[in-house]
Amino acid sequence: MIGADAIVKCLEAEGVEYVFGYPGVAICPFYNSMLESDIQTILIRTEQNAAHAASGLARVSGKVGVCAVTSGPGATNLITGVATAFADSIPLVCITGQVNSELLGSDVFQEADITGAVESFVKYSYLVKDANDIARVFKEAFHLAGTGRKGPVLIDVPIDIQNSPVGKFKYPEEVSMRTYKPTVKGNMAQIKKVIKELEKAKRPIICAGGGVLLSQAEEELRNFAETYQIPVVSTMMGIGAMPTRHPMYYGMVGNNGKPYANRAMNESDLLLMVGARVADRAVNQPDLITENKVLIHIDVDPAEIGKNVGPAIPLVGDAKHIFEDIQKEDFSCEHGEWIQLLNGYRDSMRPVRRPNPDYVDPAAFITMLSDAMEEDAVYVADVGQNQIWSCGYHIVKKGRFLTTGGMGTMGYSIPAAMGAKLADKKRQVVAVCGDGSFQMSMMELATMRQFSVPVKIIVLKNNYLGMVREYQHYTYKDNYAVVDLSGSPDLEKLSAAYDMKFMRLYTMEGAEDTIRAFLENDESVLLECIIDPMDLVK
Amino acid sequence: MKKIYSVLVENRSGVLCKVAGLFSRRCFNIDSLAVGETEDSAVSRMTIVSSGDQRTIEQIEKQLNKKIDVIKVKTFDEPASVSRELMLMKVKYNKSNRRDIMETCEIMHADIVDMSKNMMVIQICDVPDRIRLFISMMQGISIVEMARTGTLALQKCMDTDN
Repeated sequence: MIGADAIVKCLEAEGVEYVFGYPGVAICPFYNSMLESDIQTILIRTEQNAAHAASGLARVSGKVGVCAVTSGPGATNLITGVATAFADSIPLVCITGQVNSELLGSDVFQEADITGAVESFVKYSYLVKDANDIARVFKEAFHLAGTGRKGPVLIDVPIDIQNSPVGKFKYPEEVSMRTYKPTVKGNMAQIKKVIKELEKAKRPIICAGGGVLLSQAEEELRNFAETYQIPVVSTMMGIGAMPTRHPMYYGMVGNNGKPYANRAMNESDLLLMVGARVADRAVNQPDLITENKVLIHIDVDPAEIGKNVGPAIPLVGDAKHIFEDIQKEDFSCEHGEWIQLLNGYRDSMRPVRRPNPDYVDPAAFITMLSDAMEEDAVYVADVGQNQIWSCGYHIVKKGRFLTTGGMGTMGYSIPAAMGAKLADKKRQVVAVCGDGSFQMSMMELATMRQFSVPVKIIVLKNNYLGMVREYQHYTYKDNYAVVDLSGSPDLEKLSAAYDMKFMRLYTMEGAEDTIRAFLENDESVLLECIIDPMDLVK
Repeated sequence: MKKIYSVLVENRSGVLCKVAGLFSRRCFNIDSLAVGETEDSAVSRMTIVSSGDQRTIEQIEKQLNKKIDVIKVKTFDEPASVSRELMLMKVKYNKSNRRDIMETCEIMHADIVDMSKNMMVIQICDVPDRIRLFISMMQGISIVEMARTGTLALQKCMDTDN
């Protein structure tokens, strides 16, 4: 057995089903060993998308996503994907090939110091210098990626290490790391303090972040909110933690959020932040959320608590455990009046859009689409105006809403949707992007075709980088710079080139039928919606 | 506010880079940093002196603890510690100032550890404040070069120590 075989054995022991990647000489021993394995390799068309696809798979399956690329440019191309996963705390193990270990540091062909380059975007990284370390390193890497505050871990393996013999291979059953013991269970004394505050509070609110989904605590959150009558708002990453139409859910907060969600948060007297970073997009004035209210911050990462805002009660732990533990205590509260007030805000503060009837209205279209999607469907929103419309108008039933909230990486939706589809082939997966973000990942249509991954794609076409154009509209008084997308390909011809079904919608007329036909069959379909180039998200 | 962070880390390649990188990436100051092996050769101790407001100081400790290679972080103030710094200073001397230099060294408990016809190397090991004082005392003569270790510190002995 050689190092490369050992790596494959490690992946098998971890129950990995797919490896997304792109080969090159430095990772060839690994891919050669993969030929003997049942793990399927997916040849992605550019390395960044290998990380995005692994991210989509991880988010839907709840497992660690895996990608493997070559040294030098393969590794550096991966960085944006790794940084994206890091910002959203998505568990990945990224394997990079590396030049011969004896040549490290001599700037030979395709050498890049990848562990150095990704240092601030990974939870941890390894440079393997002995093939006999492979089993321990992989065991630790999967453990690190998938526990505590999840995130990407990178393992750099020089080609000679992949090729060198491994004495005795044994995949460790346990991890022993003296420096890594994440706190999962909340401190009982702190939980008691939280309960005391909950009993006192007249206008409590929960702000759910991506951490709720990462700890798979959706059900616990729903139970908690229903039992104690506490309204819920969410950050962008927390969308889907509560079903959109749940009576206790009041939408996304932040500068792109619902006005009534922000008002609910501002007028609350107790704010329970759960698995949220309190970043600028959700809370642009962190000082305000401690004014006139008690802030309770629950997060599995102690460093997040107090980073952007100082809470009255810090509570370190995993959301699922903490919700369960709070519910074990005997207390009750009732907030009928507060809920009445919020319901009033929700009814009276709905944003009013005046859509141009000559085009598809993205807001109405997204609601119609997500309403028609299956109960447990996965909706992947890209970045740009499409993301904001998706956040605002998409209806989550029992499915998932995926997007990159932290890094905001354009081109995320198509590869992530492929990963999501592979994680669960029975689920309907729809990627929604703009014509800008589509072109950042359109090379993956070939991957979808080659590996029969029937993802459905919507392109909201306005011939602009819409979000930037909107910014220039407000900030530079319509002096547009570098946002015109003319030159884009004819998507009908492009779909034909990839053997994909194609549909186009010019206005909302017949939208319902088109959406039905789009969702109906099991193949990949590309639906282009022509939207008003001058439309704004706010 | 000045704080001393005494950080036990795994003695592996790249760890210094990771810790130093954390400080630069999060815009934390490093006033000084000293690293060396401990009684256990698998463990190194980094002594980092940093300054910032209350929130920064807390964040530094939390972010350090988050690093997988960090075993333990102790944060304390200078008065709660025994701290020392070693400095070597090469100076040019002549007949007229030789006596003064020697007297200053004597008062400050500094040693002249090497000498030639017109140069000498002075060694001083003391608390950071006295090192600063010594430098200011020597400012009048021609300093050729100097090297400092940065602060080394251990928490003062307490009966509760284990």
